[in-house]
Order: sequence, then structure tokens, then C-alpha cells
Amino acid sequence: MTSATFPPSPPENTSWSRYFGFNTDAKVIGIQYIVTAFFFFLIGGLLAMIIRGELITPPADLVDRTVYNGIYTMHGTIMLFLFIFPVLNGLNNLLIPTMIGAPDMAFPRLNAVAFWLVPIFGALLIGSFFVPGGPAYSGWWSYPPVSTQNPLGHFINGQGLWITAVALSGVSSIMGAINFVTTILRMRSPGMGFFMMPVYCWTALAAQSLQLIGLPALTGGAVMLLMDLSFGTSFYQPEGGGDPVLYQHFFWFYSHPAVYVIILPVFGIFSELFPVYSRKPLFGYVYVCLASFIIVALGLVVWVHHMFPSGVAQWMRNFFMFSTMLIAVPTGVKVFAWLGTIWRGKLRLTTPMLFCLGGLFNFVFAGITGIMLATVPVDIHVSNTYFVVGHFHYVIYGAAVMGIFAAIYHWFPKFIGRMPYEGLGKLHFLLTFIGANLNFLPMHPLGLMGMPRRVSSYDPEFAFWNVLASLGAFLLGVSIIPFLLNMVSAWVRGPKAPHNPWNAIGLEWLLPSPPPEDNFGEHVPTVISRPYGYGTGAPLVEHQAEIEKQLTLQEASA
Amino acid sequence: MTATPHLNTEHPKHNLTGFIIFLCSESVIFLAFFSGFALLKTAALNWLPPGVEGLEWRTPLLNTVVLISSSGTIWLAERCMSKGNLMGFRAFWLLTMALGAYFLYGQAVEWSGLQFGFTSGVFGGTFYLLTGFHGLHVATGVFLMGLMLVKSFIPQNYAGGEQGVQATSLFWHFVDVIWIILFVLLYVWQRS
Ligand code: HEM
Repeated sequence: MTSATFPPSPPENTSWSRYFGFNTDAKVIGIQYIVTAFFFFLIGGLLAMIIRGELITPPADLVDRTVYNGIYTMHGTIMLFLFIFPVLNGLNNLLIPTMIGAPDMAFPRLNAVAFWLVPIFGALLIGSFFVPGGPAYSGWWSYPPVSTQNPLGHFINGQGLWITAVALSGVSSIMGAINFVTTILRMRSPGMGFFMMPVYCWTALAAQSLQLIGLPALTGGAVMLLMDLSFGTSFYQPEGGGDPVLYQHFFWFYSHPAVYVIILPVFGIFSELFPVYSRKPLFGYVYVCLASFIIVALGLVVWVHHMFPSGVAQWMRNFFMFSTMLIAVPTGVKVFAWLGTIWRGKLRLTTPMLFCLGGLFNFVFAGITGIMLATVPVDIHVSNTYFVVGHFHYVIYGAAVMGIFAAIYHWFPKFIGRMPYEGLGKLHFLLTFIGANLNFLPMHPLGLMGMPRRVSSYDPEFAFWNVLASLGAFLLGVSIIPFLLNMVSAWVRGPKAPHNPWNAIGLEWLLPSPPPEDNFGEHVPTVISRPYGYGTGAPLVEHQAEIEKQLTLQEASA
Repeated sequence: MTATPHLNTEHPKHNLTGFIIFLCSESVIFLAFFSGFALLKTAALNWLPPGVEGLEWRTPLLNTVVLISSSGTIWLAERCMSKGNLMGFRAFWLLTMALGAYFLYGQAVEWSGLQFGFTSGVFGGTFYLLTGFHGLHVATGVFLMGLMLVKSFIPQNYAGGEQGVQATSLFWHFVDVIWIILFVLLYVWQRS
């Protein structure tokens, strides 16, 4: 292999229109995913603002109680199935092929179909606001018997649309997962053994394996729920010999691993970014990689910890309490690896690094409340209170969404070809970090005091913390403005990005910004070391110096 | 869309890898249905709906024999193909399709003679869910075989061992194994 024809010239077709059609290029699909996801993020966020607006005063004065039920249900469902999963799939589409040196995903057409299902089930879900009876109102987990009621008797009802949308989301995610796993297993560049892969690819592989194992169970359970709701079966109806707790098993068998599907790629992002901005190799690479799969294995046997109050046997409670606590071990390994990486590093506090540090801080906090919740007596005490809401928003907003923002700022120059603005980015970080903590920290004392979740009115003794939380929520709402401003203006007229603005190591940084349609094409470089040789000067690929020189020349002539 | 040469045209094994991953994932749905069935059944006070004695097992047993032998014929078909005997491949392939179709027919006959429906408690619900979902897979398998049979008449298509055939036959064995578990759960394990 020669690198003489390298690097490939930057892409020719850069028209906007390709983002609006059925395109099979993973980089286009990735951006389609991310933009769509943020569209739904705004809708879910608007609903969150309504929730917090309602809760700023004790009485139920802003929206009707039944409407409130629909709003938190849709907030949770939209945020999970239409924001978090699509945005992560978008990152996977951008990062996996470029990081492993593949020209595209293994099944480009399947990839595009998986994406286009997202707006379809999104429309179904949003459409449920407009059907008689309104959207689903049984919470994002839709437990029967609440979710099998159909008081108005219409065949098309909010709950039915909810189940259909969730099942379609499952189909789309399975298609995506098959694609990601096959791509990682079979399309790595020469020389890239498993233990040479970037950690992000390890975590994506782990997360997508969980999707493949867990999602079918949820889909199966959802099909049975739909049958009960619409066709009169009684899988979950005690009157007909059914069992509502069975649904809870199906649901959590997937939905607990789902939190690892969300957080594992974020671990990957942390593991990629800390070394770049600390200028040190990733501490304990092998352990970080293996810990991902230990988390997968343990993550599959902890689901009953969501059902401690649901009348499960005592041996189950004990077993699942133990397995849940055990999962803190591999997670702790990762946290110490990141701390070891930052330790005595030459920190560069860029926007992506700030988001990573903030996310790590929030994650450690959420880990502590998580261990508290794993303990059966504590869990039974605070179950269904705001303590739980606070805990998982710390994980999801404080750690996962912050990590995703870090990834967006970090890889934006690579895939858009322009630099985002640092000032706006830092403002975004500041508002997010303060907003998230102000919003979600007060939920913990509220929960311990006994304020239940999913209520629109509460005792005035809870007012103080609720006002704080709502102020934090509004701050979070405001924090999106600098973000959107930054993304749009940088995309339109930001300074042109060089091929490697952060001095990062990795195959994706050996491509022009933005990369050509088939990435390296025929000229995939041979990988000779792990992508973490910061401060050691070890080259990542053969002919590294030559490739870099040509990329710089290309940029100078452009 | 531009026609970029994708790596997967150079590595023809991707399709099969993807398909195997899909089958692993698909088996979890059955696992969910099976474990749900077992849980509901062991917990039930009155498993059978009033007036139902149990399930007749002779037609399903015949169906089982048919399905298992079709796994044999599809294997023979594959062997013929690997030896380059395209006519033999088509003959055994068609025979497999016929056996699959017969299975579906037997399933339909059984369904039409039953005293209970989809909504007759969990017994009826799980019965039709399991057999129906499996039947859907059998129908898909027969359809895929038809597709591959038509493709085999396109010249040059079968030169280097078509992956579609491998995938279909893998799928067919999968459907077969699922049926055996299903048969044991539904028809052999009748007493609760
Ligand atoms: C703008 C920031 C956010 C705010 C202010 C917020 C606020 C809230 C509040 C107050 C609740 C509790 C509603 C109740 O129990 O009455 C809630 C529930 C929930 N939120 Fe958020 N949230 C935000 C972002 C997110 C994100 C990013 C996600 C996930 C990706 C998310 C997922 C959920 C879920 C799953 C529920 C549970 C819904 C249910 O009880 O069924 N939230 N949120």
C-alpha cells in the first residue's frame, strides 16, 4: 500500500439537499440523526418546562391533572426514544466508520431505513397529542393495568400509538445495532486488532450488544400489551389468568440495560476526550475496555432492582441488590482510569473538556445516590419519590447529555469542517452545569422528605426546593440558546477547521475535514499503535508523517 | 446517491454475519414469549378455559415430523449446490418449500378445529401468540425460499455459493429448533 495517493480530496457534493433525502452515506445519516434528535429534544424540553412551570407553585394551576399525566409521560418517552437513542446512533454513524477506517457502515441501505423510521415513529408519538383522549398518560414505562385502559373506546388512542411507536423504535434500533456490530467486527483497518481499537468503539460494541439482547424482550412485551389493549387478550389481566408483573419483567429486562446503552458510549466519549485535553495516554486502557463488557454482563442481571416494591420474592431482592452493587466495581474502574488520566496532565480547558469534567463530576454524584437506591430498604423508602427523578436526571442530563455535548463540540470541526465558537461554548457549559445542578439537586431532599413523583400539586412544605428546581430548569432551557446559536452560526460561517484542530490521535483525525464520502477509500492506513500515544510521540499508523504533511499541504492550497 | 464502492462488496461475508446477529437477537423474542408462557402457566390456578380438555397432539406431532424432515431436505439442497448440482438443489429446495407449506396447512387445520379463541384467557392468548408468531416465521421462510429459487434461474448468480441460500437455510433450521421447544412446551407439557 502506498500513501502517495493519500489523502483523498475533500468531498465534492456538499449541497444541503442531501440531508433531506434517502442517503446511504453514514456521515450524512449521522448528521440527520443528530439534527432530528435535537428537534425532538426541543419538544421534550418544552414539555419539561411546562412540568417545572406547573411545579413552581404547590396547587395544580397551570395544566389540568390528566393533561399533566400525559405531559410527563411524553416528556420521558420523547427524551429517551426520540432524543437520547437517536443522538447516540448519530454519533455512532459519524464515529465508528471513521475511527476504524471503514468507508461506510456494513449495510448502508439498512442504515438509512433505520434512520427514516425515527421521524415516522416520532410523528406517530407527537400525533398522539391530537387524538381523542390525548396522549398516553401511564408514565414512560406504561405499566398495566393503567396502560390497558381505553376509557373512550377508540381503536386509535394515545396508548395504542405509544406502544406502536415504541415497538417501531425497537425495530429501528435493532437494525442499527446489527449494522454497528457487524461494522466493528468486520471492517476494521489493517493492524487494528480489538485491543488497538479506540475505547469509543469498545463501548459502542458493548452498548449495541445490549440493544440486541434486550430490545426483543421489550418489543415482545409491547406486542402483548397492544394485544391486551386493542384485541381483548389477557396476558397482563389477572381476570383472565394473566399477570401484570410479567410486563414489568419484560420492560425492565430491556429498560435497565438501556441505561447502559446510554451511558456506555458516554464512557467512551470521556475515554477519548480526557487523554486529548490532558495530553497523557489513557490510563489503564485494557481495563477500561474490559470493564465495558463486565458492565454488559452484570447489566443484564440487575433489572429487578426497579421492581423491589412490586411484590417480588425476597431471594430476588437480595440477589438483585447484590448484582446492582457489584456493577459499581467496573464503573469505578473507569472513573479511576479517567482520574488517573487527568492527574498531573497538562489540562486544556476547552469547551469539550469542560463538558467532560462537568459530566464526570455529576456522574460521580449520581453514582453515590445510585448505590443508595440499590439498597432495598432505602429503595422501598424513596421509591416513586423525587429522589429517583433526581438520581436518574443526574445520570441522564448531568452525565450523558453533557458527554454528548462534549462529543459534539469535539467532533464538530471534523464532520462539518468548521470550528464552533469557544465563547458561546463556554457560556453554554456554564449555564448547563449550574442549571442541571440547581434543577436536579433539590429533587433529592424533596424525595427524602417524601414528595411523590408524577403529581401536579403538592404540600406547601415542599415549596422551597421546588422553586429552586424550577429556576434551575428554566436556566437549562436558556442554556440551549447559546448552543443552537453556536451550531448554526459555526456551520454557516465559522472559521474553516484544519484536519486536526485539537492535536488529537485517531484515524478520524488523519482525514480531511469534512472527510470525503468513502473516508479513506482504498487507501486505509495500517494501524501500528493504540490511539492514545499522547506525549510519547508514538505514530498511530505507518507513514504517519507523510500523511500529515500532505493533509497540511492540501489545506494550505485550499 | 452516488455509487461508491462499499467495502462489503469486497467482503461478501458481511451479510451472513449480520444475519447471524439478527437471528441471535430474534431468538430473544422467543425466549421472552417462552419464559412468559412458563411463568403464567406455573402460576395459573385454572390453566384451561372451561370446556377445554387439553390440546390434541396428533396433528401437531405429524407437523413436527414434517418440519424436522424439511431441515434434512434443506441440508441436502445445500449440499447439492456446493457440489454444483443446480438441478438437485432446486429439487430439494422445492421439496423443502412443499414441506413448509404443508406445515402451515396443518397449523391452519388445527386452528380451525379448536374450541377456544385468542381472547379465551391466558391459555388461548399464549397458544395463539406462540403458534401464530412461529407460523409467521415459517411463512417468511417459505417466502425466502421462493425468492432464492427464482434467483437460481438468473444466470451466473449461483457461481460462488450464494449467501442468500446459506442465510435462508440457517433461518429454516432456527425455525425448526424453535418449533421443537414450542412443541414440548405446548403439547408435551400439558399438565400444570
Ligand atoms: C430540560 C431538562 C429536564 C428537566 C427540567 C426535566 C424535568 C423532569 C421532571 C420534573 C420529571 C418528573 C415529572 C413527574 O414525575 O411529575 C421528569 C421526568 C422524566 N424525565 Fe426529565 N427533565 C429534563 C430532561 C430530561 C432528559 C434529557 C431525559 C432523558 C433523556 C429525561 C427523561 C425523563 C424521564 C424518563 C422521566 C420519567 C417520566 C415518567 O415519570 O414516566 N428528562 N423530568
